[in-house]
Amino acid sequence: MPTTLTAFADVTTSDSALRRFLHGLPGVDAVGLEARAAALGTRSIKTTAKAYAIDLAISMIDLTTLEGADTPGKVRALSAKAVNPDPTDRSTPMTAAVCVYPDMVATAKAALNGADVKVASVATAFPAGRAALPVKLADTRDAVAAGADEIDMVIDRGAFLAGRYLDTYELIKAVKEACVRPDGTAARLKVIFETGELSTYDNIRRASWIGMLAGADFIKTSTGKVGVNATPANTLLMLEAVRDFKAQTGIQIGVKPAGGIRTTKDALKFLVLVNETVGEDWLSNHWFRFGASSLLNDLLMQRQKLSTGRYSGPDYVTVD
Amino acid sequence: MSESSATRLSVFKTYKLYVGGKFPRSESGRVYEVTDSKGKWLANAPLSSRKDARDAVVAARKAFGGWSGATAYNRGQILYRIAEMLEGRREQFVREVGEAEGLSKSKAGAVVDAAIDRWIWYAGWTDKIGQLVGGANPVAGPFFNLSTPEPTGVVTVLAPQDSSFLGLISVLAPVIATGNTAVVITSEKSPLPALSLGEVLATSDLPGGVVNILSGKAAEMGPHLASHQDVNAIDLAGAGAALAKELEIAAADNLKRVLRPQPVDDWSADPGTSRMTAFLETKTVWHPTGSLGAGGSSY
Amino acid sequence: MASLFEYAPAPESRSVVDIAPSYGLFIDGEFTDAADGKVFKTVSPSSEEVLSEVAQAGAADVDRAVKAARKAFATWSALPGSERAKYLFRIARIIQERSRELAVLETLDNGKPIKETRDADLPLVAAHFFYYAGWADKLDHAGYGANPRPLGVAGQVIPWNFPLLMLAWKIAPALATGNTVVLKPAETTPLSALFFADICRQAGLPKGVVNILTGYGDAGAALVEHPDVNKVAFTGSTAVGKKIARHVAGTDKKVTLELGGKGANIVFDDAPIDQAVEGIVNGIFFNQGQVCCAGSRLLVQESIHDELLDSLKRRLSTLRLGDPLDKNTDIGAINSAEQLARITALAETGEAEGAERWSPACELPSSGYWFAPTLFTNVTQAHTVARDEIFGPVLSVLTFRTPDEAVAKANNSQYGLSAGIWTEKGSRILAVADKLRAGVIWANTFNKFDPTSPFGGYKESGFGREGGRHGLEGYLDV
Repeated sequence: MPTTLTAFADVTTSDSALRRFLHGLPGVDAVGLEARAAALGTRSIKTTAKAYAIDLAISMIDLTTLEGADTPGKVRALSAKAVNPDPTDRSTPMTAAVCVYPDMVATAKAALNGADVKVASVATAFPAGRAALPVKLADTRDAVAAGADEIDMVIDRGAFLAGRYLDTYELIKAVKEACVRPDGTAARLKVIFETGELSTYDNIRRASWIGMLAGADFIKTSTGKVGVNATPANTLLMLEAVRDFKAQTGIQIGVKPAGGIRTTKDALKFLVLVNETVGEDWLSNHWFRFGASSLLNDLLMQRQKLSTGRYSGPDYVTVD
Repeated sequence: MSESSATRLSVFKTYKLYVGGKFPRSESGRVYEVTDSKGKWLANAPLSSRKDARDAVVAARKAFGGWSGATAYNRGQILYRIAEMLEGRREQFVREVGEAEGLSKSKAGAVVDAAIDRWIWYAGWTDKIGQLVGGANPVAGPFFNLSTPEPTGVVTVLAPQDSSFLGLISVLAPVIATGNTAVVITSEKSPLPALSLGEVLATSDLPGGVVNILSGKAAEMGPHLASHQDVNAIDLAGAGAALAKELEIAAADNLKRVLRPQPVDDWSADPGTSRMTAFLETKTVWHPTGSLGAGGSSY
Repeated sequence: MASLFEYAPAPESRSVVDIAPSYGLFIDGEFTDAADGKVFKTVSPSSEEVLSEVAQAGAADVDRAVKAARKAFATWSALPGSERAKYLFRIARIIQERSRELAVLETLDNGKPIKETRDADLPLVAAHFFYYAGWADKLDHAGYGANPRPLGVAGQVIPWNFPLLMLAWKIAPALATGNTVVLKPAETTPLSALFFADICRQAGLPKGVVNILTGYGDAGAALVEHPDVNKVAFTGSTAVGKKIARHVAGTDKKVTLELGGKGANIVFDDAPIDQAVEGIVNGIFFNQGQVCCAGSRLLVQESIHDELLDSLKRRLSTLRLGDPLDKNTDIGAINSAEQLARITALAETGEAEGAERWSPACELPSSGYWFAPTLFTNVTQAHTVARDEIFGPVLSVLTFRTPDEAVAKANNSQYGLSAGIWTEKGSRILAVADKLRAGVIWANTFNKFDPTSPFGGYKESGFGREGGRHGLEGYLDV
């Protein structure tokens, strides 16, 4: 088994080579894909498995606020919540990260005060990605310089849909380089495809491969800003892509569904997808994340239900 | 009447339109007096306006994608559910139909029973009509060739004037069974059973907007619906000869499918399939089959 | 299976179903003992626990049931179609209402996973009654001329693999067209048919219209051979089907037979691979492969053989075998000790003939009848496992080089029930489908069923079609 990307070195030498490669990937039958995702969604996760999965899900959350109205106060509150999701139960795990706009990175970093919660920043003219390359790179460098541990970039969907696959690839490569800090370490790069705008599953598989070939550390479904965000089917498809990529290169890539995952039941379905598609290698927040905000409180209420036997209510979790 | 009920004043129902799954009054604020066959006041029904008709078309169009895209099985289940709900409110409709059409209780009962069974008839058609009017075509060439019926879209239905309930259901059910959505103008004289039907539809899992029910004058709203560019077809069952001709001419503007009024002696007779096929398009798909390979061998 | 995220047991509650210690035959609207008082036990294949004791019908009971059906036929067939329709709609609705109870019952008696009874069997059962209910008042429109007449009494014998679904496939069209029925469920799965008798009671179905005789093959034979039976419908093995064909020779009995199969699932190199893997798994491991239309022969284009097999093996390793009532179980129990012995023997033949056997690591429960999902590779057309119907979770993998060869191999079988085609190229789907000699062809899917869609086989897979408009013909005098 090849263990490096060299096997694919030639596919990114030209637009036409990349196109040939991407169009040679196996097709995706939409009905079959959705049926498989739905079938896994009927798994019944109970008792000990549920307790495990809820804590795992909490630890995988990129607790997110990406609003025009974000203020330092909002970001500080979010950061406090990430560190201490349930003040009534200190055994509750911390979330994986807080996810904010670049100008809020420093605020978040300070608020987290060294806790083991990463700061993820969106960048590259999120969410539309409609800006010149130098702007996108500056956006990225700003966030990294402000202390971001992770960068959530958006691809240029326009370029992708126009068939300019190599441009899409080069953008990701350039942003990847912009993630490198002066000390040589680098922020981990999550690449957002905005699957709702790519529209077809074949496109999502192709975009996944572009991202992986270009050096993404994570591939991520959505910005949360369009009509269709993370779905079980598009996440399953991306899990299949990282599975295949690892089989062929030995390189493991993370997956982050984002947007629209609001309930514990939803989150558990995604964890089942991970468990049965790529297995336990991905069952940690180093390799799988949820981009979410309201999901956390539902997980906390379910967690309280499991520990007390009573159904909880929204007044028993914090609203930050 | 027993003593106790004699002392109790009954509560009247405010009859309202049924549009987009909701029960609005007419935007015009107008009502008209509805009486029974002997002239006794029954209720004030909304006198719908052209703007109500316009809103109803918007609701019907919005509902079309979901309803036409639902499985035939699902549509059948919902039509059957309508029959179940009607059966439970049978007595109410026997009274309303009796008052509206001047029928004895037993005759009104037979009419309501036939109306319930009519929903059953069409509930069974949703997943069968395609096999009757569609099919594979044996074209002379290496092509798969399949014709399937599809609903035509938003259908305006001028309900029969005399048979206010069985007649209405007999013209409405075939329109929606196949996936069309409908804007119905009730019998002008006897709108109450139709308006009450809206309450049944609203509790039968029928998505809002699939059926929209307007009481009022066919002659007032008809021209606006017949010329409406976002209406695909019109059933003129409730129009007199002069109005029918006028509306058919207006309907030609966007080549609506037109079902002309036909004399119906007995609405309880076997309805056949023609009211469904009137509002179906036929789509034919061609696809090459080719040979197995350059070798071209066959089995 | 990942050990980090081990699913805790999630058993469906058994308390939703109340199984009586004993059941009689259902004749003329009453539960009654067998004339000779014989009974037999039905066990749960996953635990060998005795579930109940049911009456064992003999020839005298068959005669009584046929008489009851004959008597009921006069009034039933004279009812307006719209009234028969309403009975069938009632039955469909009651099945929907009681579907969880029936799913649990079926899982207990059959051994198949609750996931399947809940999500496949029961919804299809209700849908089948719903669909044929709609035909009862539309027979004039079915293409068989005006006012087509029923045949009379239908003798129906069904298998154990989909007990309630096969009952629905038999009873719904028979009743819709105005026939009355005597139905014999398989001896290993009698319970859901008896619960169906109770549904007939709740629906107010006139007595004698449906009669259920639990029993063995002798009762089935007596039913098929009964002189006052006008129609024979059988689903089961090809061997028994041939016997029936001989028995009815020279009579006026109309016959439909749904028999065995050895379905070819053909995977081309341009297939949507991940979905093809799911389709292969579904094709052979749905209902533990105890499916007449199972895709038991995988024909894979040689150029992608290794890649596909890797994916398939990885996928099989995630299948969860065990307690059928657990909502997370993918593979349940084999229906009977006898069937398990047959599968075991055929698998051993496969090994003896030199095919390469593989199963995922898979712990089998200590009691009950179990067989691990099994693949045979290096299989050729000459191997027994490529020719004989195994009726179990055993997949034989063969290769082909060209579409021609795929079709030739797929058709090289005494059977002709089902086939699958996996390719992203539409014209190839249609060209291959055109050449396949099988009654149901699935392209980029497998094991899909719908009451509107005719099902049945070519060649020794039987004759007649069940489902759809076509399914009416077997019950009409046309």
